Amino acid sequence: MEFKIIMPRIRRELYNREICACSIFGAMNQDGERFTGAGVMLAIANMRVRGNGLGGGFAAYGIYPDYKDYYAFHLMFTGKGPQAKRSAKKELDAFLCRNFDVVYDEEIPHGDETSVSDPPLVWRYFVLPKKQGEDSLLSDEDYIVGKIMWVNTRIENAYVFSSGKNMGCFKGVGYPEEIGEYFMLDKLYKAYTWTVHGRFPTNTQAWWGGAHPFSLLDTTIVHNGEISSYGTNRWYLEMYGYACTLQTDTEVIAYAADLLMRRQKLPIEIVAKILAPPIWNAIDRMNEKEKKLLTTLRMVYAPLLMNGPFAVIIGQTGRMIGLTDRIRLRPITAATRGEMFYLSSEEASIRLISPQFDRVWTPNGGEPVVCELNSMRKVLQ
Amino acid sequence: MARAVLSESSLKADQLNENITTALIDATDLETKELNDQLMDLMLSGVKKVNIINVCGQRYIGTRLYTPQHLRMEIEIFGTPGNDLAAFLYGHKITVHGNAQDGVGNTMDAGEIIVEGRAGDVLGFSMRGGEIYVRDNCGYRTALHMKEYEGKRPVLVVGDSSQDFLGEYMAGGIVILLDLHDQTHKANFIGTGMHGGVIYLRGSVEPFQVGGQVAISPLDDADRVVLDQYVSRFVERFPEIGKSREEILNSQFVRLTPKSKRPYSNLYAY
Repeated sequence: MEFKIIMPRIRRELYNREICACSIFGAMNQDGERFTGAGVMLAIANMRVRGNGLGGGFAAYGIYPDYKDYYAFHLMFTGKGPQAKRSAKKELDAFLCRNFDVVYDEEIPHGDETSVSDPPLVWRYFVLPKKQGEDSLLSDEDYIVGKIMWVNTRIENAYVFSSGKNMGCFKGVGYPEEIGEYFMLDKLYKAYTWTVHGRFPTNTQAWWGGAHPFSLLDTTIVHNGEISSYGTNRWYLEMYGYACTLQTDTEVIAYAADLLMRRQKLPIEIVAKILAPPIWNAIDRMNEKEKKLLTTLRMVYAPLLMNGPFAVIIGQTGRMIGLTDRIRLRPITAATRGEMFYLSSEEASIRLISPQFDRVWTPNGGEPVVCELNSMRKVLQ
Repeated sequence: MARAVLSESSLKADQLNENITTALIDATDLETKELNDQLMDLMLSGVKKVNIINVCGQRYIGTRLYTPQHLRMEIEIFGTPGNDLAAFLYGHKITVHGNAQDGVGNTMDAGEIIVEGRAGDVLGFSMRGGEIYVRDNCGYRTALHMKEYEGKRPVLVVGDSSQDFLGEYMAGGIVILLDLHDQTHKANFIGTGMHGGVIYLRGSVEPFQVGGQVAISPLDDADRVVLDQYVSRFVERFPEIGKSREEILNSQFVRLTPKSKRPYSNLYAY
């Protein structure tokens, strides 16, 4: 696979607001029963003070059962005025028709545009790859990733922000509950996993594309913290054809997860040790076999070590994963109740929608908590 | 909705004395500031005890309750209080019927906090006085930079275990971890940068789990007196754990103390 990527180099404006924290929340039904976004909207709203209204978003799994065999592309057309948005869409439509079979497309339904600030035109397409020439050698996923990178870097004002099967991201500038209401997530969609993010941008400007979740195919990331190794991670990922266009550090986690889990097929337990490896002192105390594995991982994947404080929730088809940096500089609380599994920045938000728990705990730094559909492998820490 | 209800309905100015004692606040949909304003109003009107129900994530409960007359109050919390519960607490007693989040007792000055459940990260951060009792476990960085000065010596007793960085940069005070479930402490980086105070762990700990500045030693008689005092208080507060004071005290304990009061004295010296 070969990519020619022109990286946008935009001079950033200094950002001038109080720095605080983000909020993350995830809820999953392990039986695969689907529920609306109403509960998670309440839960994230309870952590309103952790955000500042400059970004909110949702990832939902299992929302398109009627189109579950097609890749659901969510597109964002930005730009000043309807003319710029329409012209971006025109260009994108032509590109999609050349490279994909589009079985259905529509504007994503939304509420009153005056309730949010400067909304882009948001459209969804259900597609299958139309591989031609040497592209036919690629897997569907590699083909799609390549095309997404092309759109995000080459078509001005058009961004693919969601591209998996039977799932979708919804995001924008505002408090998460406002974004949820704008896209009517409490009324129109039912999912077996919801992950949510309330943003407190620290180093970059707030814009619709920069809200969380970040996603590629069916992998989505919501993130609280800062990736101070962003530069190193970004250049490493570029070698594998990933273009970081969304001006935010979290993007690299999504691409790293895609590279390691989809393309290199590593299990999450190993991926966690790459992103948040144990410190050398701890490795020294391990048995020979573990020591060799961890040393190798640190050598081979050094540029994918995520330095700095973070807590993330990774969503994938049938799976939700919570992970923090190795010394847990950002909080995450996990809880279970019956078939429900929750992850949250704060326990109170889970209590709000599930007053009783079977178990509640704060996972150790660098150790992933994995929840999978009962129909899949199930590993609880 | 949000309201403070005095349990005695006919409240008159001339009745404001000890016989009007208990008030109730329903914290449903109440913001942090509104809740703390109500607590302040109640304290100023002479209320001695407040029950707060339906608490869900409101932060800084009990902070700001300072008066020059040193008024004191007893607060019972039903629900899950938010971060920085009882930050800068000035002599009040707070009981949480449930779990607490991060930052309990941040820079607490005096008083008592009882958590009938678990506490999150940075429990007792910069605490400089008073006592905290947590029935279950606690998160990362417990007792981070806890300190003491002359007569002020903070005490933190935790029934279960803690996660990493217990007592990091600790400068004073007493931390007791009873680890009532398995007595094997799994935390690492215990007492990293510690230069004051003392940590008592029930059970044992490996040298690699503690910071380089920390000495692990057996208890002496003076330590036993201190432990006896605070374990007794712990058992009094949580009879539901079903363990007697003797049962707890008759097990192995280790003491962690700093090797030096100035571990970094040579670090920046040229």
